[in-house]
Amino acid sequence: MKILGISAFYHDSSAVIIVDGKIIAASQEERYTRKKHDARFPTHAIQFCLEESGLLLNDLDAIIFYDKPFLKFERLLETYYAFVPRGIRSFIKAIPVWLKEKIFIKKIIFDELSKIEKFDRKKIKLLFSEHHLSHAASSFFASPFSDAAILTIDGVGEWTTTSIAEGKNNEIKILKEIHFPHSIGLLYSAFTYFLGFKVNSGEYKLMGLAPYGNPNDVNTKKYIEDIKNNFVTIYDDGSIWLNQKYFNYATGLTMIQKNKWEKILNIKKREPSEKIEQHHCNIALAIQKIAEEIILKLVYHTKKITQKKNLCLAGGVALNCVANGKIIQENIFDNVFIQPASGDAGGALGAAFVAHHFYFNQERKINQNDLMQGAFLGNSYHDFEIQKMIKKHKAQVSYHEEKELLDIVTNKIIEGKVIGWFQGKMEFGPRALGARSILGDPRNETMQEQINLKIKYRESFRPFAPIVLEEDANLFFDIKNKSPYMLEVYPLKKELLNDLPKNYQNLSIKEKLKYKRSTLPAITHVDCSARIQTVNKKINPIFWKLLNTFKNKTGIGMLINTSFNVRGEPIVCSPFDAYSCFMNTEMDVLVIENYLFLKEEQRESNIKKKEFQLD
Amino acid sequence: MEVLKDLFQFLMERKKFWLIPIIIVLLFLSIILVFAEGSAISSFIYTIF
Repeated sequence: MKILGISAFYHDSSAVIIVDGKIIAASQEERYTRKKHDARFPTHAIQFCLEESGLLLNDLDAIIFYDKPFLKFERLLETYYAFVPRGIRSFIKAIPVWLKEKIFIKKIIFDELSKIEKFDRKKIKLLFSEHHLSHAASSFFASPFSDAAILTIDGVGEWTTTSIAEGKNNEIKILKEIHFPHSIGLLYSAFTYFLGFKVNSGEYKLMGLAPYGNPNDVNTKKYIEDIKNNFVTIYDDGSIWLNQKYFNYATGLTMIQKNKWEKILNIKKREPSEKIEQHHCNIALAIQKIAEEIILKLVYHTKKITQKKNLCLAGGVALNCVANGKIIQENIFDNVFIQPASGDAGGALGAAFVAHHFYFNQERKINQNDLMQGAFLGNSYHDFEIQKMIKKHKAQVSYHEEKELLDIVTNKIIEGKVIGWFQGKMEFGPRALGARSILGDPRNETMQEQINLKIKYRESFRPFAPIVLEEDANLFFDIKNKSPYMLEVYPLKKELLNDLPKNYQNLSIKEKLKYKRSTLPAITHVDCSARIQTVNKKINPIFWKLLNTFKNKTGIGMLINTSFNVRGEPIVCSPFDAYSCFMNTEMDVLVIENYLFLKEEQRESNIKKKEFQLD
Repeated sequence: MEVLKDLFQFLMERKKFWLIPIIIVLLFLSIILVFAEGSAISSFIYTIF
């Protein structure tokens, strides 16, 4: 069975092709259009998937869209009806779009596909999966488990915002759901908005800011109480009820009732350009703690009603690495698999699995690891394509065999240089996992500030993740299993930590940031944790060798790994994207496959710096 | 016409008969809208719609 899965029109549009249950190609539209979270129809991503799989549209058995637009339309109408007359402005804006465009989704999909190539519309089956079923399928069918509980949590799909399901072989049975407007994802997004970050993309900044909050501050405790007393009621089974008196997303054009929030929390909503103060960090900590409490209750309840040994997680909230780390450390389930493309991009994959296993009733192929192939499912480039780019931009470059290349690169890292690393197939999902990464030395005290301010042009409080040899991970972190997709946060080993001053929690953001907390300062977040990625020798052999070479020279098999982009830019896709990013930042070295580019050898850049909308 | 058929099937399946008059009125309005303006693509602050 050859199936194309599509996610589009809301956020992170993407395309995936699976053939007989194997993922052949998967990619996000933003990587080609260079517009972060691009929601337009994924024309380029589909083109790539077709090329990679050697298929024509006519060869496909089915095309499946990741959610059901009519069900979403039903939710909209019912919501407006329930809140009438509130929401009239939003109604006037939303309904014409639906009546003129979104309701004609079948026609739109066929018309867009016909721009790619000619095909027989009557022959191709066009199917629709449900949003949370797509998320559940993306995690369970890609996991190494034949039997598992499944928990999906996000903002909202059609009606569902959270679902508990159980999966067995090629079946998924939904057991419980929480429906709109009661949503953990939207609650978290409401605070993202209140703290001046962009909804649907700034949530991870809120998560990164939370550790700067002071847990001992009376205000932090008061914020937690105020939020629970006014905004959200949390029940023992993890279900929640959001008091709509304080929210505006159901019918309005903003997330919250700003004045009411300011009155309850006794602080002003932060505007994006305003400085981040301690009370903002305390609010971030409060909502992170509440989110963790809800998620852990949900996981315990999932265990209670399914009694399974394994858990699969998906949905945008499953990208909350801090909560994921807590789930694993609580040992509620024996094994946990988190879909690396847990957001809407991964919905395309889940939808394709839904068609394969439900519609065509195909058996599962279970892999000992998982089916994600390290998430390296995107574009790779031939030597001639790299050479073409080099010639076109008159880049100064040298070619090296692998061993020599690894030796040079590790020496540069030890010298304190920042490396742009481009190898093989691009990652699918939001994380750079060693195919399109920026690398640095985790022992270097100035590295975090250097990469944040001079390379990525982003806020200095943002932490960096370590990428470590799988077999060495437990030397540095309290980790029992592997973490190949950088989706979990773990504490550093106590022996690596420096003593913290007694007034540490009372230090300002800048002072906390500057304080050397461990022997690996660049990857140790202010709460002495790290978002770890472990590298397996078989799944990513060249990166394993790079880490091993670094280990042979320094004694530690670990590097800083951050995505290869600047703030607001999607992760680089092509050699040109990488070279352009390299030339327009203070990055020192670029490696594209076996080609080495040194900044000091490059001529003045004739590549126009592209401005990206800040996220 | 296919979309009307699909919509009707959907409402039958979901047993949401009370939405039928609302949708008919909205569709009627949308016909007016089609003649009244070129594009209705609005930029939304949040994509939950």
